[in-house]
Amino acid sequence: MTALRFDEVGIRLGGRTILSAADFAIGQGEFVGMLGANGAGKTTLMRASLGLVPLAAGAISVLGAPARRGNPLIGYMPQNRGPIAGLRLTGYDMVASGARGAHWGLPRLDSALRREIDWALDAVDARKIAGRSLNEISGGERQRLLLSQALIGRPKLLLLDEPLISLDPAHQKNVVETVKRLAAELKIAVLFSAHEINPLLHAIDRVLYLGAGKAALGAVDEIITGPTLSRLYGAEIEVVRVGGRIFVMSGDFDMERDPHRHENGGHDHGAIDHDHAGSAHKVGA
Amino acid sequence: MFAYDFMRAAFAASGIVAILAGLVGFFLVLRGQTFAGHALSHVGFAGATGAVLFGLSPLAGLVGFTMIAGFAMGALGERLSQRDVAIGMMLSLALGLGLLFLHFYTSYAAQAAALLFGNVLGVDNAALIALAALAALSLAALGFIARPLLFASLQPELAEARGVNVRLVSIAFLIIVAIAVAECAQIVGVLLVFTLMVGPAAAALAFTRRLYAAVALAALLALAEAWGGLTLAYYSDWPTSFWITALSGLAYFASLISARLPPSPRAAGRRGPCAARPDEGQR
Repeated sequence: MTALRFDEVGIRLGGRTILSAADFAIGQGEFVGMLGANGAGKTTLMRASLGLVPLAAGAISVLGAPARRGNPLIGYMPQNRGPIAGLRLTGYDMVASGARGAHWGLPRLDSALRREIDWALDAVDARKIAGRSLNEISGGERQRLLLSQALIGRPKLLLLDEPLISLDPAHQKNVVETVKRLAAELKIAVLFSAHEINPLLHAIDRVLYLGAGKAALGAVDEIITGPTLSRLYGAEIEVVRVGGRIFVMSGDFDMERDPHRHENGGHDHGAIDHDHAGSAHKVGA
Repeated sequence: MFAYDFMRAAFAASGIVAILAGLVGFFLVLRGQTFAGHALSHVGFAGATGAVLFGLSPLAGLVGFTMIAGFAMGALGERLSQRDVAIGMMLSLALGLGLLFLHFYTSYAAQAAALLFGNVLGVDNAALIALAALAALSLAALGFIARPLLFASLQPELAEARGVNVRLVSIAFLIIVAIAVAECAQIVGVLLVFTLMVGPAAAALAFTRRLYAAVALAALLALAEAWGGLTLAYYSDWPTSFWITALSGLAYFASLISARLPPSPRAAGRRGPCAARPDEGQR
């Protein structure tokens, strides 16, 4: 049984094809990095796996069952971090709001739920952070809390949407290592989207590259090569390796570093793969 | 002062409304929808004046109009209900309509003042019963949606993925807000609804960082401000609404100062190991 299987999946949103005939399978316990330019459909792919986006073709299965909304086997960390950066409430209360949060009634926590929350906080070593106010902790610490919130309910598949955005290299490394440890210890499959491959290079098992509506899954050395990416994008792409790092270039600029520059105009990319980081910053300022 | 029927009715009415306003206001502030709440009260002004014009009770017009507007705001989605310009336009349009209704109903200037600035001393027994019934209903509804509402307020996209019907919860909440706004307007008037809905909740969120404490404190502050305002008005003969706004403002500014004070020694000890935050600049 696979953790996440896309079977000839096609997705169209607002008259634009986001994915066509995407076909891949992520194994249980596997750590997969998802790369692709802004607007390539990384967020949409995750939302489709969560049953939040209708499919135009094909089928998605999560741990052997069709994708559906509210699947407790999936832990999710959205790119939109919500309004929490400006709140004085404790991190604990924010994390706890997700514990059985979809049920009706008063947000009461019984002892079993409290134990579950403590477990999730300990899993990412965030027990201390959780006692502090959300508006006093750093972006990296908030990221840890959101990661622990995603673990509540003991999911078997983690979908992490751009967890590295707006973090400095040291904190990026910390997040990647924490996720890798969780994947190994808890045997959770992880789909981890990012703008850049380098922070993930030594942690991921395989890479899923999205481009021009297509998806390619494989080892980094297989996928992030000039010929494969050129085929994916239908344009000349060069891959340069310098000192153990990878740079993906199209023409004269670095695609992963300048994701906005190679977007062809006319498409409303923002609506598809929201640039939520900007709004999160405004809240915190 | 409890020797008078109207004072007893005023204390009962403002007590009921304050608790409802404090609790509903907590979520309003948490969700960043305070301006939407403010606009709802102005829609209520049009509803109340319209109702008077057609010979109905102002409360019925208030509740009816604000509920319809609350439903519409919720149905149009989270994005619109936080969009300042659209809400501001709706607000002024509603006030304009209210003015038109008043224009056709010129004989009743006192009614306009009561609607705009409240008339808690004029609450009769029938109104008191209506306020209590509506408040009980709203609080029951709020209790029912509290859990998904809290989740959807803090982490909307995660809540949606976990199976919360975010749209439904948002509509239900804004209808509850509409009722609370209509009730508040009875006490402090449509122009001053902010003072009971937003002031206590905002102060509570600044005074404490614990969720349950903040919810309870919001209700308690609203109650203290409403009853304190009534008492001060009784002895000073100044308007009740003025005293409530004064106390609400006082509590709010005090909370801002308290939030900026250095944390207590115990809290400081907890913070110790995390004091160095190299990625602070990333916020």
